[in-house]
Amino acid sequence: MSEGTGISRRQFIKTSALAGGGLLLACHIPFGNRDAAAAGEASFAPNAFLRIGTDESVTVIVNKSEMGQGVYTSLPMLLAEELCCDWQKVRFQPSPVAPEYNHAQFGPIMVTGGSTSVRSEWERLSLAGAAAREMLIAAAAGRWKVGPSACRAENGVVLGPGGKQLSFGKLAASAAKLAVPREPRLKTGARKLLGKPLHRLDSPAKINGSAIFGIDVAVPGMLTAVIARPPVFGGRVKSFDASGALAVPGVKRVLAVDAGVAVVGDGFWPAMNGREKLQIIWEEPEESKISTSAMREEYARLSATPGLPARKDGDAPAVLSAAKKRFEAEYEVPYLAHAPMEPLNCFVDLKADSCLIRTGSQFQTVDRNAAARVAGLKPEQVTLETTFLGGGFGRRACTGSDFVIEAVQVAKAIKLPVKVIRTREDDMRAGYYRPMWYDRITACLDDKGLPLAWHHRIVGQSIIAGTPFESAMVKDGIDDTSVEGAANTPYAIPNLQVELHSPKNAVPVLWWRSVGHSHTAFVMECFLDELAHAAGIDPFQYRRRLLAKHPRTLKVLETAAKKAGWSKPLPRGHGRGIAVHESFGSFVAQVAEVSIDKKGQLKVLRVVCAIDCGRIVNPDTIKAQMESGITFGLSAALFGAITLKNGRVEQGNFHDYQLVRMQGMPKVEAYVIDSNEPPGGVGEPGVPPIAPAVANALFAATGARVRSLPITAEKISVALGKG
Amino acid sequence: MVVFHVNGKERRVDVTPDTPLLWVLREKLGLAGSKFGCGEGLCGACTVHVDGQPLRSCVTPVGDVRGKKVMTIEGIPENHPVKKAWLAQEVSQCGYCQPGQIMSAVALLKKKPKPTDADIDSAMSGNLCRCGTYGRIRRAIHAVGAGASTKGGKKP
Ligand code: FES
Ligand code: FES
Repeated sequence: MSEGTGISRRQFIKTSALAGGGLLLACHIPFGNRDAAAAGEASFAPNAFLRIGTDESVTVIVNKSEMGQGVYTSLPMLLAEELCCDWQKVRFQPSPVAPEYNHAQFGPIMVTGGSTSVRSEWERLSLAGAAAREMLIAAAAGRWKVGPSACRAENGVVLGPGGKQLSFGKLAASAAKLAVPREPRLKTGARKLLGKPLHRLDSPAKINGSAIFGIDVAVPGMLTAVIARPPVFGGRVKSFDASGALAVPGVKRVLAVDAGVAVVGDGFWPAMNGREKLQIIWEEPEESKISTSAMREEYARLSATPGLPARKDGDAPAVLSAAKKRFEAEYEVPYLAHAPMEPLNCFVDLKADSCLIRTGSQFQTVDRNAAARVAGLKPEQVTLETTFLGGGFGRRACTGSDFVIEAVQVAKAIKLPVKVIRTREDDMRAGYYRPMWYDRITACLDDKGLPLAWHHRIVGQSIIAGTPFESAMVKDGIDDTSVEGAANTPYAIPNLQVELHSPKNAVPVLWWRSVGHSHTAFVMECFLDELAHAAGIDPFQYRRRLLAKHPRTLKVLETAAKKAGWSKPLPRGHGRGIAVHESFGSFVAQVAEVSIDKKGQLKVLRVVCAIDCGRIVNPDTIKAQMESGITFGLSAALFGAITLKNGRVEQGNFHDYQLVRMQGMPKVEAYVIDSNEPPGGVGEPGVPPIAPAVANALFAATGARVRSLPITAEKISVALGKG
Repeated sequence: MVVFHVNGKERRVDVTPDTPLLWVLREKLGLAGSKFGCGEGLCGACTVHVDGQPLRSCVTPVGDVRGKKVMTIEGIPENHPVKKAWLAQEVSQCGYCQPGQIMSAVALLKKKPKPTDADIDSAMSGNLCRCGTYGRIRRAIHAVGAGASTKGGKKP
């Protein structure tokens, strides 16, 4: 049970006495029992993650943000499995920001990301549940004057000899007086909850309108602000005239902040009307006047020059220069906005010596510390409460804490509780995009048609460079998130060279659901498909041959192909494409079936997906995440592009940044491989394979090879014209 | 002063009549279940019913609903077959779009108790879901159409 987290049991179980008389696991806990004490319940809170009430309620404190992926159910399931409680009694509660809730692997920060929630918390929550179970059993055994081994826990009750039984609620008070076991033992035998498609605990609140997202936070006397933002990245306010805005009924204040000019009103609409009336003169630095078309040329030029080495096996350049036939292609993908359905927003109530923030954050410690800096407070003086997140996809784990900092600046100026809301256009134009990428690959084949050499140059901005994470995450100039999925490809290629260029510019970039894999899977899986066709080998069989040493990758590939009926004939104008990719500890293959009509309209009809994410918690959540990742990736494959002209973002809302809608949604089937491997992620790994699967299917249907995303009708017709 | 009905109760609000209904519901009436996603009628997160018709409240001036009957997600009973089907199919992910999805689905099913796939496409394509719950929404609507949800529904 120690794989994955790297924490030993001994490190884990550091006990300390609590004010409430209970005991805690993990670390010193100022918060774990705070709520229980405040509520005055004689409850049992043996660690930072659990509270059992005398009313039999089992509250699991969750240190991960709920943004659709179901952590408010999967993490309680991990703990409840070991606790042997009654699942019907389980509730969830978002944790505060405190050291005991830091990420189990990522160092001293509380963060939800990297598809790590289940795999990083598996051991810690299992042990937390096991320790509590042992204490409840010990309490019952003590009362019955029998040995603990004569008792067992089941469904929220401790059972003893002679049919004796006591419920967890009745045992809570006496269990709270016991020492926390140093080496709690995990259950053996059948699992009651893990592996079952249990219903999500947060669904009822999400369908009756009662779930509170950041944008829903309201307190008496709260004002609402919108910010007029510079038209270009790096732009600043030169001067502004607030008189028109201040004349709008309901507008209370107009003030400059780093992000632009904030208009504060007694509601969103007055603030919006005020913003319309603002007169602002902006300062636009020359280097802000970026155009993505010019960037593209620059990237293409860079891709023809050597970059920093990210992988070097054999001698690809030498083998290629000696080859009789070379295959070369350029692939490109644009900037992408995360576009969560809930636009960014943040509530702040700043007092002289305290600050309360309520927002949907994935990056609580970073945001809290940034808020403290801006507010001039100590981090401990800032309380950050995590609401539900109306989608995150990485955007709410912002290295620059942009949406938090601007709200604290407004609050600091007006000295009243305030919520800053971004309109969709504000959200979409404010940057922190998935970087634009340009890839150039040259390859040659051996006499069996398999890749002999592969020389790959990647050009695109580093997400990590220039952030506080640079020293930890950029090694020898290589940001691993730029090359992940390419530099570590599982395909057996004897001469493999991957190089990286990381040009800089003013456009802020960030991790976007599946990060580097969102572009490398497209490039790797499409170009490999090209080589398969060039060799005259079926693309599925081609991959199989190259994956002989990667059984898990192979298994998902074969499963997806089989379930999709890979070799079954299709009608004219239809095609199937396959792609497989490993990311975040999981293996995913997808087969897309597409059709193209006479007008050149591409339709994705069906997607079959197989995932091996190791040991599983909730199979239905995994399927849901596959459906989700596929839809998210499909929006990028077919529509997504953020472009800049003269520094201005050309998209603003869902008419020009389109997403897949109901009528364009293919049928999706997801299969979860039965696996006993260490747990992997599920939030992101569903995204990478879909774009290449669709592009490969388009090729199979029409012979059109589109090497640039999104796959538009225009690009298809150009590819067909050439082909 | 604008007077209208919300979820069966008469409400009077003191706002300029051009204020979008969405913000009146959210900020003046404490009904935050209707969501803001685009403000342009492009995403459906703000969908409510006005006299039984689904409407994008973000682009509906409150002055236009004077004297009319507005229904929001908060007015849909807990035991409504659509809600039950949503739970049975485990539709929600982040949940942000779901109030709007449910309002559109309730309106569709009222008009067409047994909708076809094409009916679902046309009634539901104005509701975006960034989390990609479309397949389950379709299943849930069909389940209501088939009366399945009243018999406990099918596990996803
Ligand atoms: S918020 Fe009304 S349609 Fe998007
Ligand atoms: S459930 Fe997240 S946007 Fe639909």
